[in-house]
Amino acid sequence: MPEMEAVKPLLAQFKDERANLIPILQEIQAAFSYLPEEALRRVARKLHVPVTDVYQVATFYRCFSLKPRGRHLVQVCLGTACHVRGGDLVLERTQTETGAGLSGTSPDLEFTVEPVRCLGCCGLAPVMRVDRDTFAHLDQAKVRGIVNRYHPRRKPATVDKIAASPEKVRS
Amino acid sequence: MVHITMNGLAVEAECGSSLLEVARFYNFPIPTLCHEDGLNSYGACRLCLVEIGEGPKSKLVAACGYRVEEGMKVRTNSMRVQRARRLLLELYVATCPQSKRIQDLASEYGVRQCRYQPVDGQPGAPWDPKANCIQCGLCVRICAEQMMAGAIGFSGRGKSRHVARPFGMTSEQCRQCGACLYACPVCELRCQASTAESLLCNGCLNFSPVCFQSYSDAMCFLEPCHTCELSGPFRHEVGIKVHALHDAGQKVAPSTGELK
Amino acid sequence: MISTAHRLVNLEDLHQAMRQGRDLLYPSEPKIMIGTATCGLAADAEEVLHAVREEVANSKLPYQVTETGCIGWCSQEPLLDICIPGRPRVTYGRMKPGRAREIVRAIPEVKREWALAMMPGDENTLNGAHVNYCVPHNGHMDGLTAYKDLPLFKRQLRIVLRNCGIINPDNLEEYIARGGYHALWHALRKHTPEEILNEVKRSGLRGRGGAGFPTGVKWQAVRDAQGEPKYVICNADEGDPGAYMDRGVLEGDPHSVLEGMTIGGYAMGAHEGIIYVREEYPLAVMRMKQAIRQAQDAGLLGQSIFDSGFSFEIRVVKGAGAFVCGEETALIRSIEGKVGEPQQRPPYPAQHGLWGKPTCINNVETWANIAVIVQRGGDWFSQIGTAKSKGTKVFSLVGNIENTALIEVPMGTTLAEIVYEIGGGVPNGRACKAVQTGGPSGGCIPADKFDLPVDYDSLNQAGSIMGSGGMIVMDDHTCMVDIAKYFLEFLEDESCGKCFTCRVGTQRLKEIVTRISQGEGKEEDLDLLQDLSWLVREGSLCGLGQTAPNPVLSTLRYFRSEYLAHIRDRRCPAHRCRELITFAIDPVLCNGCGACVQICSGKAILGEKKKPHIITQAQCTKCGACLEMCKFDAVLVH
Repeated sequence: MPEMEAVKPLLAQFKDERANLIPILQEIQAAFSYLPEEALRRVARKLHVPVTDVYQVATFYRCFSLKPRGRHLVQVCLGTACHVRGGDLVLERTQTETGAGLSGTSPDLEFTVEPVRCLGCCGLAPVMRVDRDTFAHLDQAKVRGIVNRYHPRRKPATVDKIAASPEKVRS
Repeated sequence: MVHITMNGLAVEAECGSSLLEVARFYNFPIPTLCHEDGLNSYGACRLCLVEIGEGPKSKLVAACGYRVEEGMKVRTNSMRVQRARRLLLELYVATCPQSKRIQDLASEYGVRQCRYQPVDGQPGAPWDPKANCIQCGLCVRICAEQMMAGAIGFSGRGKSRHVARPFGMTSEQCRQCGACLYACPVCELRCQASTAESLLCNGCLNFSPVCFQSYSDAMCFLEPCHTCELSGPFRHEVGIKVHALHDAGQKVAPSTGELK
Repeated sequence: MISTAHRLVNLEDLHQAMRQGRDLLYPSEPKIMIGTATCGLAADAEEVLHAVREEVANSKLPYQVTETGCIGWCSQEPLLDICIPGRPRVTYGRMKPGRAREIVRAIPEVKREWALAMMPGDENTLNGAHVNYCVPHNGHMDGLTAYKDLPLFKRQLRIVLRNCGIINPDNLEEYIARGGYHALWHALRKHTPEEILNEVKRSGLRGRGGAGFPTGVKWQAVRDAQGEPKYVICNADEGDPGAYMDRGVLEGDPHSVLEGMTIGGYAMGAHEGIIYVREEYPLAVMRMKQAIRQAQDAGLLGQSIFDSGFSFEIRVVKGAGAFVCGEETALIRSIEGKVGEPQQRPPYPAQHGLWGKPTCINNVETWANIAVIVQRGGDWFSQIGTAKSKGTKVFSLVGNIENTALIEVPMGTTLAEIVYEIGGGVPNGRACKAVQTGGPSGGCIPADKFDLPVDYDSLNQAGSIMGSGGMIVMDDHTCMVDIAKYFLEFLEDESCGKCFTCRVGTQRLKEIVTRISQGEGKEEDLDLLQDLSWLVREGSLCGLGQTAPNPVLSTLRYFRSEYLAHIRDRRCPAHRCRELITFAIDPVLCNGCGACVQICSGKAILGEKKKPHIITQAQCTKCGACLEMCKFDAVLVH
């Protein structure tokens, strides 16, 4: 598997210690945007731990994904402050607008939408993060504009006029 | 040796032993579902709750994992313990109504009602291994600790936690020894007396001998069913149990792993 | 911006660094500060910063442009401050790049437009020093209120947040200029570990992570425990939804945590510290790593700090997204590379912690208090607060509130003071219904109990907990059944799943509450909720499970009538529970603008342009987007 070649140097940075399991998985997750099965098997061999342990850790923590994620990771905050200001509705709207639905990833692999337990921006609720950008003071109307901004085949300009323009403009 | 008071009785216990060991040594019955001698204690089933301490600082702890301390006061059958046990068994019945072991315990400890609604598929319908497994972890521990295989483990967390094989496939470590089946506390004979109206059987209270032999099909909580892949000679040894498991497993086990 | 890399060995070096820092902190030329903590960045502070930098560079202005942490005025983000020597510091809120440019161009004039407040000087709780920015009689500016007179800041006493929003967190000297690392010098060179320990005990400081265990007692236990090496851990896995004070400190004043941990390491005989930060806080991780490098370069971490013979190292471990890892035994398991399943205590981490060695785990806020306690003495600290809860507490005041803010008040401040005075009450003329404290482990306290002083014990009695300090204000549009459901959804997902009671209990609790929220509940369900809550609390191993029923129990206790309305009348008084509400359009108010048609997720709204629209109930998903969209209040909810 050619992509596994990229795992080798990643693994080489770490000592063969159990404590490095989570940091290694984080590196793989960052590099591949998911944890390929073969990579997990290699990690298990390297650290001399059973594959079951690696698999358990990989499925326990939220920042790991065993399935390929979309090109953009959309994290909609469901912290309490966001919830009381309608974060759940924003999430639902985001799932529809991206086409990700409840499965998490849109069929065109553009977006993965995940609810997230508090981004710590409660003062600006409701918020969501797309890749590295955080958007504040959302409502349902702003979602389409934000999604379109990241979608390669939709132009932000075609956003219906009524939808209020999102507060954030990033290229 | 440490000195403790257990149910008002001054007793001696060996240093480092668990409350469960001490209680059983002195013949105080404590029900368990996730404890098996020879395996590390795990503390998942919570059925072995006992009350320690006195007054407002008293609390319930799992006896299997709590080590004796000098001078501690333990009560294995206080009102509080009984209430917890009953509520717990009510919850167990709702989770796995087809387990005869659980129904028996519920009868024994005086559970007279089950106020929960059946989970999807219950009752009568084939069990859903993910929903009905009580996750006592005995299969996982016997595989790792006694068979030195570590072929199965837990996956996920919270409501989506379940016993699984990595990537939904039998791993190289699995020798198909069947120890996991042997260890499972609830996959023995199936209680079929629970109905949609009442998940609680309580049949064992009313009839003797208990739960006639007619219910001979067993359950398996691995997904996909582990036994379905066991080979012939083994099936002979375990006999009817595995046969039944096999048939049942065919019906319910999704053939795809969660990854594919 | 990066510190000079020479080692600080003695007090003279520290004073030297202090002077350098003062030049940066209070430069002789105008200084422009932009708050670039995560919340500031979310509100576009980066663009403001970029615009200001560009303006200064293009016009070749001799101004300093620096970043700073969060001063806590979240509702006004992004914030921009200008400090002109001899004049008060002026704060501008809700900055846009264009406005920021105008403000910069106006210097040395101070633009009054968009200005929120001014600061004639700063006070430093670390050493009691005052720095005046201007001569006192120049200390007022027409129409601008001083920070200390603002309701938001008047009642605050900033010990933990002493440097947040004042210093540039990228800069070690600025931290030292505000008295930083002096406490460490004193501790290492003038005091024995026992003396430090006694000082912490005398202060009465209790753990700020939620449970409120006395810090001094914990430290003593670790110091007395057998086994080497010992570890010191900073718990920065701030998982409570609605709480971000730890992020505020890590991003705004990272060195205060490092200094506190190093002093703690000295007092307990540990030589290694670990900061466990949740991965959702990338900026905090970055700032902490950078601060550690700076401290190492300056000799404030490493071998023989201040030539005292005491060595200490700190590293950052990133969490992987699990709320339960905020529990100390689960956190330790996570550092060891395992799943975060809590373990039976005893043995406590103080005896048997990381790798089986004595380990002290304290929360970020606890560590940030340490330097102040050492510097000013435990007696000074214990004068603040109430009889059993000493010092201050940082709260994130969020939700339906006018001033969403990060605040720090003395323990014992009442909820009414916090919500109505500091927070300015509930916006849009709505009524305040409750405050939720303590995250998923806490509870909802109704508005008629707001005379409650906020300390560990009072909150416990009220059925909530202090928790890490999230305070979510809820108005009368919040449905308490929905809130209970929300927290149960959180918990059934975040429970590690080991204990049957917690895993299945939270699922069943949610199932019952969901049923009630859909109007399918029975009155007996309330008894079942009580019974099951009792079981989950009594029968679970760790703090997460034992407190998991609190959101249900507290809402049942104070808002039983709302549950009954859902059950008996199949009605959601707050119009929140979808199954119990219907949307309709008032034909008189609707002018047919079509805004709702565009936004409708279920394509349920029909009607010709400029004619009243109608909602077809079968298609309506009840997402409420039309209600949000309609400018004419024509959408009605029943």
